[in-house]
Amino acid sequence: MRWGELIRRLVLVPPTLFGVAVIVFVLLRIVPGDPIAMMIPPGASEADIGRLRALYGLDQPILQQFATWLGQVASGDFGRSISVRQNVLELLLARLPATIELALVATIIAVLLGVVAALVGILLRGRRAEWVVDGGIGVLLAIPDFLWALILLLLFGVLIPLLPISGRVDPEIDLNLHSNFFLIESILTGHFDIAFALLHHMILPALALALPFAALVARLLKASLAESEDQDYAQVARARGYSRPSILLHEVFPNALIPTVALGGVQVTLLLGGTVLVERIFSYEGIGNMAIDAVINRDFPLIQGLVLAFAVMFIALNLLVDLVVTMLDPRLRHG
Amino acid sequence: MTATLTIEGLKVAIGAANVLRGVSLEVQPGEVRGLVGESGAGKSMLGRAVLGLLPANASVTAGRIAFEGRDLLAMQEAERRNLLGRRIALIPQDPMTSLNPVKRIGGQIGNLLRHHLGLSKRAALMRATDLLNEVAIREPKRVLSLYPHEISGGMRQRVLIAMAFACDPALVIADEPTTALDVTVQRQVLQLVERLRLRHGSAVLFVTHDLGVVAKICRSMTVLHAGRVLEEGETANVLVRPRHAYTRALLAATPRADRPAEALRPVPPDLTDQLWSEAHRLDQVPAAGAA
Repeated sequence: MRWGELIRRLVLVPPTLFGVAVIVFVLLRIVPGDPIAMMIPPGASEADIGRLRALYGLDQPILQQFATWLGQVASGDFGRSISVRQNVLELLLARLPATIELALVATIIAVLLGVVAALVGILLRGRRAEWVVDGGIGVLLAIPDFLWALILLLLFGVLIPLLPISGRVDPEIDLNLHSNFFLIESILTGHFDIAFALLHHMILPALALALPFAALVARLLKASLAESEDQDYAQVARARGYSRPSILLHEVFPNALIPTVALGGVQVTLLLGGTVLVERIFSYEGIGNMAIDAVINRDFPLIQGLVLAFAVMFIALNLLVDLVVTMLDPRLRHG
Repeated sequence: MTATLTIEGLKVAIGAANVLRGVSLEVQPGEVRGLVGESGAGKSMLGRAVLGLLPANASVTAGRIAFEGRDLLAMQEAERRNLLGRRIALIPQDPMTSLNPVKRIGGQIGNLLRHHLGLSKRAALMRATDLLNEVAIREPKRVLSLYPHEISGGMRQRVLIAMAFACDPALVIADEPTTALDVTVQRQVLQLVERLRLRHGSAVLFVTHDLGVVAKICRSMTVLHAGRVLEEGETANVLVRPRHAYTRALLAATPRADRPAEALRPVPPDLTDQLWSEAHRLDQVPAAGAA
């Protein structure tokens, strides 16, 4: 990706976010369900309901509401959550790092597992044992992340209680950190005991998110490796007397990585989407878990903020994938 | 004197289908032998069999391949790999796809030199510069820092030729190295192969379908059809007094400057049909009867 292309993509970000904002804003107000109805005690008077409605601006026409909200968002004010009664931006900034860290750890686990599985599979290419690898990948791929979450929770939380099954960290641990990126900050500042405690809590949800994604990485990479190995340059490398493992690692792998990152990188969005249910199952305090509460309570401002946060992450991820692919493929770097 | 390459009664099959039906040929040290045949004759398969690069579903069912008297087929994998790229080298057919697209030219040549000659990174880079000079690439230092897509097809083929001769091989298998190139570049490539094989003292097995190429650079030639050797001998003799009807037909189908284009006749289909059915009849003969 050249500079011009990068700028073009960045220019497209605001209109994309605007489109997302319109859709979520309108959808929320079309579908049945009313935040006020969720708040009021039974038997509240019509007048009370009307006052509450006016308080949150819900008595205005949709267009008016949208204009007001957009104006606030533009100045960095995402409004107040109706159900939690806190500033939406502050809620997001407090919870988002937890989800980003979880997704990051899950992605790292998935890439490690996927790459190893793909390399083992390709080394066994043409032998009967290749079927075992392919079968394993198929099973991992067939079971969705939330089901893995339940399986892992039952296995390692209940049957063999090895790992904690809820929360981000033990409440008695004094974190004393400056940012909400607990894991990253504790590693960077050398507090490895805290990092370990955080990872201890993260491992089950991260694994649940990672397993299907690892299978996806493995399948993509193995297919790319097989295709690259059949290319002329790999055959010519054999004619130079290089060993097969060396060819796979040094000649074939750098080529196979390109389509794998291009196709698989975008799929990290699926993993991010998976955090919603998985965080819920493990009571992990990220934005996915918060999203479910927000939806149950019809908390319009919070839902709108959350959707925009997810949209920004998806857009950033797509840009990142394109940048990495450009780094990996010299043919894209030059005219 | 031991022949550089000896192939005796080589049979190769893909599944149940025979591709080579008992091919024998020899390449003497320093000799350039043309291996001629139409598509499907098995000429590339022969080259691949020598290099141990047969496709996964193909196998050698009979015969022997010896390099400088040592049986390549019976050899340990590691021993054979030590010969490949160093004593036996390949000039591949398609320069556009035969270099690794994501690695710099210098890295690709350097790897080869370090792998087989044990050179340091620095020494390998200097030797790589010499090699590119040898194949008449200008600004070799700059070219070493480029990726394959940044240089022309002719230049890529010269890089591949430089790599083939990099370790002074005794045998170079040139697998239709001019087929994918422009006619104008073909002549340069032929001259280059000729010059480098003289300088490095290598024998060349030149696989081609082009009799013109054979006439230019091969001292001897072997005509292959349907996996059988139909005729072989000194190029001058074969081309002037072809003994086999198929060779005569090939010659009649080859354009020549001293002959009007209208005189060109395609190889008669009857003849190829007859040769193919002969070949298939050979397959029917039980092994014991053939022996």
